[in-house]
Amino acid sequence: MEEASKKGGRLFALKTAFPATIPVLTGYLCLGMAFGVLMQTNGYGPLWAILMSLLVYAGSIQFLSIALLTTAFDPLQAFLLSVMVNARHIFYGLSVLGKYRGLGKIRAFLIFGLTDETFSLVSSLEPPEGMERGTFYFWISFLDYLYWVGGAALGAVAGNFITFDTTGLDFALTALFVVLFLEQWKHRENRPAAMIGVGCTIVSLVIFGADNVVIPAMVLILAVLMAGRKKLERTEESKV
Amino acid sequence: MTLTPVETLAIILALAAGTQLTRWLPFWVFPEHKEPSPVVTYLGKVLPPAMMGLLVVYCLKGVVWTAAPYGAPEILAVAVVALLHLWKGNVLLSIAGGTALYMLLVQTVFA
Repeated sequence: MEEASKKGGRLFALKTAFPATIPVLTGYLCLGMAFGVLMQTNGYGPLWAILMSLLVYAGSIQFLSIALLTTAFDPLQAFLLSVMVNARHIFYGLSVLGKYRGLGKIRAFLIFGLTDETFSLVSSLEPPEGMERGTFYFWISFLDYLYWVGGAALGAVAGNFITFDTTGLDFALTALFVVLFLEQWKHRENRPAAMIGVGCTIVSLVIFGADNVVIPAMVLILAVLMAGRKKLERTEESKV
Repeated sequence: MTLTPVETLAIILALAAGTQLTRWLPFWVFPEHKEPSPVVTYLGKVLPPAMMGLLVVYCLKGVVWTAAPYGAPEILAVAVVALLHLWKGNVLLSIAGGTALYMLLVQTVFA
């Protein structure tokens, strides 16, 4: 009996989580497929595209990996590049330390799958009243993972059969971030931090250029957030 | 394939290890059983909005502002996403509307 109600609860959590992930479905299928096609055209078949998506599960580094796979073998360089390109994930972990506390076994999977998009959803959404936090975040993370791997598989197997022009479809992910940014912006106490994020990244983009924007932007954001901590914490408190 | 299967697998594992290191690091440094310090709690509050700002700019980093079409498709599409969202507050509608407009712009108007 208890098992049955639990299962019902899980299914309900899936039904609640799914609509939230639809933008990621669009973006991931599109990008995942592009990745599958690229692997294919560089001589790496569907199994490699799927294996990479299953194990690496990080968009930008997977696209860069094609350059690594078509040049001299250098796993150390691959490792270092992967750490640098994905350094922003460190901040995602820091942000959800509290949310992911006490979730037991599920927690390891949630951490494994903490991509840009999954982080954005998890950090912006709270499960509805009475729903288990872990189950809700699990479905969001799992569905996103499924879309990514599924997209890569589709692209690798059937990429050449797509006849309609998908140029620009990946804008869905930009749009998702814009929407989630606005959702954060709705809460007045988030606005200074949101502006710091935008401002520091623009400054870093201007100084370091598009290829090296992320790490300097992170350092700058952290520095400004720490320097302004007293002021920002006052804004936090004033919301009550 | 340029690399051998074993070499390819090694590259994949190296990439996976690097990615997972960045995802796990905060959880290793601040284990569950320890009460998080006030600094970490503070960062947990302010980092999400800041990182969302970073991600928006990051997505637009490749836009060329100094030559035609001067980022017009991106500006217009982002504006439509924002306006739709402020007007209706429906996440899917905002994203679908902005993406459809963007596709139309880059495939026809600014093609």
